[in-house]
Amino acid sequence: MLGFLLSFIPRAVGQGIPLMYGAVGETITERSGNLNLGTAGIMYVGGISGVIGAFLYENSAGPENMNAFLAILIPMLCCIIGSLVMGLIYCFLTVSLRANQNVTGLAMTTFGVGFGNFFGGSLIKLAKADVPSIALSKTSEFFSAKLPFAKNLGGFGTLFLNYSFLAYLAVIIALLASYIFFHTRVGLHLRAVGENPAAADAAGLNVTRYKYAATCIGAMVSGLGGLYYVMVYASGVWSNDAFGDRGWLAIALVIFTIWRPVHAIWASILFGGLYILHMYIPSGTNLAIKELYQMAPYVVTIVVLILTSLRNQRDNQPPASLGLNYFREDR
Amino acid sequence: MNNQIPILELKHVTKRFGNITANEDVSLSVYQGEILALLGENGSGKTTLMNAIAGIYYPDEGEILVKGKEVAIRSPKDAYHLGIGMIHQHFKLIDVLSAAENIVLGLKDNGRYNLKAAYAGIREICDKYGFDIDPAQKIYDMSVSQKQTVEIVKQLYRGADLLILDEPTAVLTPQETDRLFQVLRNMKADGKSIIIITHKLNEVLAISDRVAILRKGRYICDIKTSESDAQQLTDAMVGHSVKLNIDRPQPKNPKDKIRIEGLNVRNKEGVQKLKDISFTARSGEILGIAGISGNGQKELLEAIAGLQEIESGSIVFINEDGTEDNLVGMDPRKITAKGVTLSFVPEDRLGMGLVANMDLADNMMLRSFRTGRSLFTDRKDPYELAEQVVDELEVQTPSISTSVRKLSGGNIQKVLVGREISNVPSVLLTAYAVRGLDINSSYIIYDLMNRQKKKGVAVIYVGEDLDVLLELCDRILILCDGQVSGILDGRTADKQEVGLMMTSLGGGKADE
Repeated sequence: MLGFLLSFIPRAVGQGIPLMYGAVGETITERSGNLNLGTAGIMYVGGISGVIGAFLYENSAGPENMNAFLAILIPMLCCIIGSLVMGLIYCFLTVSLRANQNVTGLAMTTFGVGFGNFFGGSLIKLAKADVPSIALSKTSEFFSAKLPFAKNLGGFGTLFLNYSFLAYLAVIIALLASYIFFHTRVGLHLRAVGENPAAADAAGLNVTRYKYAATCIGAMVSGLGGLYYVMVYASGVWSNDAFGDRGWLAIALVIFTIWRPVHAIWASILFGGLYILHMYIPSGTNLAIKELYQMAPYVVTIVVLILTSLRNQRDNQPPASLGLNYFREDR
Repeated sequence: MNNQIPILELKHVTKRFGNITANEDVSLSVYQGEILALLGENGSGKTTLMNAIAGIYYPDEGEILVKGKEVAIRSPKDAYHLGIGMIHQHFKLIDVLSAAENIVLGLKDNGRYNLKAAYAGIREICDKYGFDIDPAQKIYDMSVSQKQTVEIVKQLYRGADLLILDEPTAVLTPQETDRLFQVLRNMKADGKSIIIITHKLNEVLAISDRVAILRKGRYICDIKTSESDAQQLTDAMVGHSVKLNIDRPQPKNPKDKIRIEGLNVRNKEGVQKLKDISFTARSGEILGIAGISGNGQKELLEAIAGLQEIESGSIVFINEDGTEDNLVGMDPRKITAKGVTLSFVPEDRLGMGLVANMDLADNMMLRSFRTGRSLFTDRKDPYELAEQVVDELEVQTPSISTSVRKLSGGNIQKVLVGREISNVPSVLLTAYAVRGLDINSSYIIYDLMNRQKKKGVAVIYVGEDLDVLLELCDRILILCDGQVSGILDGRTADKQEVGLMMTSLGGGKADE
């Protein structure tokens, strides 16, 4: 049993970290009242931007002369810039032009996936690979670097210390976001904007600025989830459409965690576990059962939605103006 | 007083929304330590004008001067830097935050975010002016009056010198209104200036030093309150002479129309909203229902109209020929066919009964779309009805095909009430029919109700203005906590008595 947990939990964590980035990023965004359904696309763009950066650096420096610092910095910067641009486009459309948030978000997802596949395909052509994927194993090594002594610490080391730095960064961002939301003035203001922008405006807050800032920061955080997926989880192998529906799961997680990033830490690992649970059922089991296991994360989300709606507690509701655009002179 | 520089001065302010002009060439001034009442009919641009001062709207033309200096108020933030604070009709509070969090919202104090320090500041203001709030209480747990208090404290905490209150008494009980006025007088004594918007003339006369009158977006005049009276103010506001007495013809040949016995209703959360209600409504009579908002009025009317599930009790409808039908469990459509109509005007006027994005005629059609023979809707009758309502109730609208959303609050309401009354009912259920309506329109509505009464309709009128209930209704039923606190004769009841029965069962005499 212990042996099973020691192999299952690290894999659940590896699967959960992209979801954690996505969920925390989306929570930051939604706290400002912007329902960004483009998160799936943003994570996709974050991933491919990182891949482009890594590909260019790996090819220009050559695998032997790569500097660890630059090998991490360049893909991360590219990833952040890529997802920031996506966040800015979303904000410009919904906040400045007041376009419908759902439509914009869905368009962003479609666009993001198309963007990723287009550049992914181009890179595969450029690399003249004979498989439809591109491997950046050298960069991935830098990203996946673990503490050298972790392996020697037995179960504790395997469970808690044996991850890429990006995994710890995700936890830190989630804790930080929670602290900012509930213990600082900025957080108070952000929640006010998401709850009731007219009230926040009347209190002298710049609603537009808060919405832009939260959405862009949220997009950058989400984007890192895409980067983690390619560089760490997939060991630096990019193939089109491999990212799957993780972006949507991240959005479901936001509801699951009732808009509290601190819950995203355990919830995303739980979802990660549910996501890979089907691999652990004994071989030879009916395939239909396997399909049922794969449904688990989605079923859990629906159950949680029902439970939170039933409890109907005011403090656990979504931001009141989520999905609505704000225009001061609206009558 | 007039030799000073005014704390706020408007010069030739104009604001348009598309082709609707809300304010035209308004000039106005407010001095320190004065309470100015702003009076005008619905849609006369009072709220728009105040919003322009509070930075919600930016005026298209004209100047605003604060303490003699010309300023541009582009946002609520600018307004609050200039010491202007507005308490909106719909409170600008965030439900899930506490009172203190709402109060410090948007402030950039030096140092760390510290709610404890804010608590002390809030208590100081409360002690100074006589407020009573708990800074840690969440807004969603508060009564309307407490929310209003939070709004006022919020503005004072920000150091506002000029407070604008948009219809502050519309949602308060008489006792709460008295308390608010005491606080306003304390603030005035402290040198603050106050602009108050209200439709209630007795309140204007009680609290203000000066009255400024707007009519159709234009500034008409300002009058010293001490040199004026209700009749003069009304005439100036409406532009022609208005009779300020509500008729109360003797009921002719009243017959029982609806008999309610032992009615109990619980809402979805299982909270008992109505407890053991029994009364009879008669034809040719107006039965007033008094009570603080949320004490079961809505549930009572909805129960009669068949929209509310009933736990126990009976609602009997007595037909013309004397036969009786139990309305409990009957399909609302059948109840409507019996001539029972309900017009409930919620606090949020658009919340019920009208569709904001549809035009006047289409909204009329919401009642009649089932009639007609063919697959296609009949648009002619609703159009004519809309024209009739616009004409009779003097609705200010560019045209019948304007979407309801674009009308001012009062005018929206006239459309709703006009539609329900036009339905030729045998029982007219109406709640807050004049909520937020100006005097002139209110009197038109009272008149319409009296006309129905003369036709032999049983009118049940849920009202909030006790003075009106006492003048209009033949009998007054007082609800308190979902129970009948008492039924009084409208001709002999007295306001104090009704007010007490609203706050405690039987006026506090029965128990304790």
